[in-house]
Amino acid sequence: MLSVKENSPVEFSPELLTKFGEIVKRYPEGKQKSALLPLLHEVQAVFGWLSPDAMDKVAYFLNIKPIEVYEVATFYTMYFLEKKGKYNLEVCRTGPCCLVGAEKIMHHIEQTLGVREGEVTPDGLFSWRGVECLAACGYGPVLQIGPEYTFYENLTEQSVDSLIETLKNKA
Amino acid sequence: MGRTLLLTHINVPGIQGFEVYRQTGGYRSVEKALKTMSPDDVVEEVKKSGLRGRGGAGFPTGMKWSFLAKPEGVARYLVCNADESEPGTFKDRYLMTHIPHALIEGMIVSSFALGAKTSYIYVRGEMMPQIRILEKAIAEAKNAGFLGDNILGTGYSLEIYVQPGGGAYICGEETALLESLEGKRGNPRIKPPFPAVAGLYGCPTVVNNVESIAATVPIINDGGEEYAKIGIERSTGTKLISAGGNVKRPGVYEIELGVPVEEFIYSDEYCGGIANGKKLKAVVAGGSSVPILPANLILKTASGAPRLMTYESLADGGFQTGTMMGSGGFIAFDEDQCVVRNTWNFTRFYRHESCGQCSPCREGTGWMEKILYKIEHGLGTQSDIDLLWDVQKNIEGNTICPLGDAAAWPVAAAIRHFRDEFEWHIQNPSESQTRNFGLAHYADPLVQTVD
Amino acid sequence: MAEEEVKFRVSIDGIPVDVAPGTTILNAARQIGGDIVPPAMCYYSKLEGSGGKCRTCLVKVSKGSEKDPRPMPKLVASCRTTVMDGMEVENITSPDVVSARKAVVEMLLINHPLDCPICDQAGECKLQDLGYEHGEEQARYEFARRTFEPIDIGDKIQLHMNRCILCYRCVYVANQLTNQREHGILYRGDHSEISTYIENALETDFIGNVIDVCPVGALTDKTFRFKNRVWFTKPVDAHRDCPTCSGKVTLWYKGADVLRVTGRKDEFGEVDEFICDTCRFDRKQTSDWKLEEPTPVEKYSVIGSNHYPEFNPPAVIKEDKKLQTANKEQFARTEKLK
Repeated sequence: MLSVKENSPVEFSPELLTKFGEIVKRYPEGKQKSALLPLLHEVQAVFGWLSPDAMDKVAYFLNIKPIEVYEVATFYTMYFLEKKGKYNLEVCRTGPCCLVGAEKIMHHIEQTLGVREGEVTPDGLFSWRGVECLAACGYGPVLQIGPEYTFYENLTEQSVDSLIETLKNKA
Repeated sequence: MGRTLLLTHINVPGIQGFEVYRQTGGYRSVEKALKTMSPDDVVEEVKKSGLRGRGGAGFPTGMKWSFLAKPEGVARYLVCNADESEPGTFKDRYLMTHIPHALIEGMIVSSFALGAKTSYIYVRGEMMPQIRILEKAIAEAKNAGFLGDNILGTGYSLEIYVQPGGGAYICGEETALLESLEGKRGNPRIKPPFPAVAGLYGCPTVVNNVESIAATVPIINDGGEEYAKIGIERSTGTKLISAGGNVKRPGVYEIELGVPVEEFIYSDEYCGGIANGKKLKAVVAGGSSVPILPANLILKTASGAPRLMTYESLADGGFQTGTMMGSGGFIAFDEDQCVVRNTWNFTRFYRHESCGQCSPCREGTGWMEKILYKIEHGLGTQSDIDLLWDVQKNIEGNTICPLGDAAAWPVAAAIRHFRDEFEWHIQNPSESQTRNFGLAHYADPLVQTVD
Repeated sequence: MAEEEVKFRVSIDGIPVDVAPGTTILNAARQIGGDIVPPAMCYYSKLEGSGGKCRTCLVKVSKGSEKDPRPMPKLVASCRTTVMDGMEVENITSPDVVSARKAVVEMLLINHPLDCPICDQAGECKLQDLGYEHGEEQARYEFARRTFEPIDIGDKIQLHMNRCILCYRCVYVANQLTNQREHGILYRGDHSEISTYIENALETDFIGNVIDVCPVGALTDKTFRFKNRVWFTKPVDAHRDCPTCSGKVTLWYKGADVLRVTGRKDEFGEVDEFICDTCRFDRKQTSDWKLEEPTPVEKYSVIGSNHYPEFNPPAVIKEDKKLQTANKEQFARTEKLK
């Protein structure tokens, strides 16, 4: 599948490049490819997703082939290959959370936002998806919002409502 | 009240910061190890302690350390596995959030023992807040002279870096973690060679779980023999148990190994019983990968002895009637929960997390998920149960890494102990999702009165 | 006295062989040859790092070594496990191995399209061979098979992702024979696929070798696409002075036309030497080549005889008097009708 529907050219700011440089220093010489995952996180935090152009520029910075970046970015679930809502709600859908009602919460979010899993609301503010275990099984149901991955625990339908309200007002 | 070693000061205000942590006796083990012990002495203490890897496999940590190859002129690495993603397990998140310095202190002592000059903590990417906490803790420790060049004037130098993952359960497997740390896809390596010989960047490497590394602190402080006095037989020391599911008080508990399972579930010191006055139906005792046991078998072994929270007792009876300690992710199911649905859910998880490298796991996990979906949604036939059994058997043991086994075991155990529930789904298709099969004969033998 | 070369003695299915330390079980078995050689779908001796993934070559190590005779607890991938002195390996003599292999073959086939009738690889497909040897008549998989959107990777190589078994060989080829890898494994789990991610043609001097190393019909020669069934073509070894590669190839003739050029393959399906794309795609005239001799092919290969081997009634019929009589009568009736 050639999944690239759009490509937006990006420009890395000097601050971002300085941060890149600091991250690369963590690894022995010649092993700069190790910085790939952290770098992609940094890029995504700035641009919201990873466009092919952004990945190519990361590849250039690390002196690796673009395909090596694509391989990694498509392997891990945290990297977005298409645009998401400004707030991407990621609800844990794995066993322990389901025992305490995660499925109900996901259904409620779908109803409240009016978009299906993976879709973005027309105002571009919200999207949501079910994700696998977030290692917070004792505090379920839980959801997280990137890029800082703030955690919201022991969700109820009411707490989800007020969370969405707060985010709407913040935007 | 059982003894605690890791979480003793968890409730001290400000324990997240260096100052308070130091005041409660933190970093004593670094001073002791670096100033009065040789690296081999430290390894020896850990061996004596009988500490077993807390990540899931339960391999003796000291022995793992002693396997580390030490060729001249080649760097050695310690990598901390903080890619906690086993469903049911959340102890490492808890430890890193509240007492990050316990991990950093353990990292310094362990790195010293292994002769590592650079160590990495591989934290799963979703734990961004914990990554920030650890980075802050590292900076504080460095400021106080416990990290960096010439630590405490002993001539030993160490740098610790935090590496974020990208979202992949498979990176909890040590060789997949190393691949990921090298900036690649998290495909487990084919062993041998083992990381102890050729790990990170092809150099000798030890990968240890967060809790195992933190446990070296009390071992060095009090001595391995003292640590080994806690617990029973080969299950020494304390263990963090993540209690979740339908218990009254979910959370992380530090137990002395050897606590009876019954006490852990029902006493107010720990889980406080089953929530909402319901009865216990089943337990997954060590994270989603270990076999699920019905209530009667988790509380007592097949021979009728009370089951204890130890590696041995939980495994008593093999997979026929026993389970495993795993990573200590204790998930309790109340009488309203559906085993078929949960098994489907777990299998979906493994399908989603399979790296796709080897054929039995790549194809088999998807196949199992589809069959389980079919049964759960009232579309199954009797022969599907046998087929499912066959498929899980064909995955188990035939894959590159343990993810194949981890996907197969829960399915096998669910069929083994709850076959009647599967059959009920097939015989009552219209009710398969609306009504629960209930407790049947595997119900909680303890008479629990409703609150 | 000259220093004697150290050799390890291993036995595979009871047949002993002396091999150099560091040899894998699979290669030791290949030294013996015959039926006891485990099949290999992902391992390729000429590609570093390959192997271990498909799990078809699993074998049982019933004795670890002379020093440590304990058996290995699980079946091991023979392509990535090195021999020890005194090791005893069971392949086709172990029921565990046979059933595990059957299981792996089933897994490889559940999402395979089984479109052999229109697949250019048919007749020289390793998965076909495996299916015949270990497959069941009846498929147990009843769900829709996985499909991928087709993508174009240039005018020389055809990618059919649906047929891919993810052996990674083509990735190793691009990494080790060319300096510009444009394709790789994307996504993960059962959605993993060979792709270029962005539209990109595979064009480097040696990239055509991905066709030769592909064990199935996932990567085929676009210039040969739908031209002919391989068993109707005649392989002939030929060479030319090539500035880029050894120039030693196999030409596949139909009548007087060269339909296809491939590397020369050995009995395990591996090419002797990798050839360049010019030889493969752009030299399809007999006058480009110096012909050597017809390529030796296995007697029972469909390509070898160009017709199916004579029908030998299975042993049971010979034993069964009743059936024999019935067969005779049937035969007589058929003869009469002619």
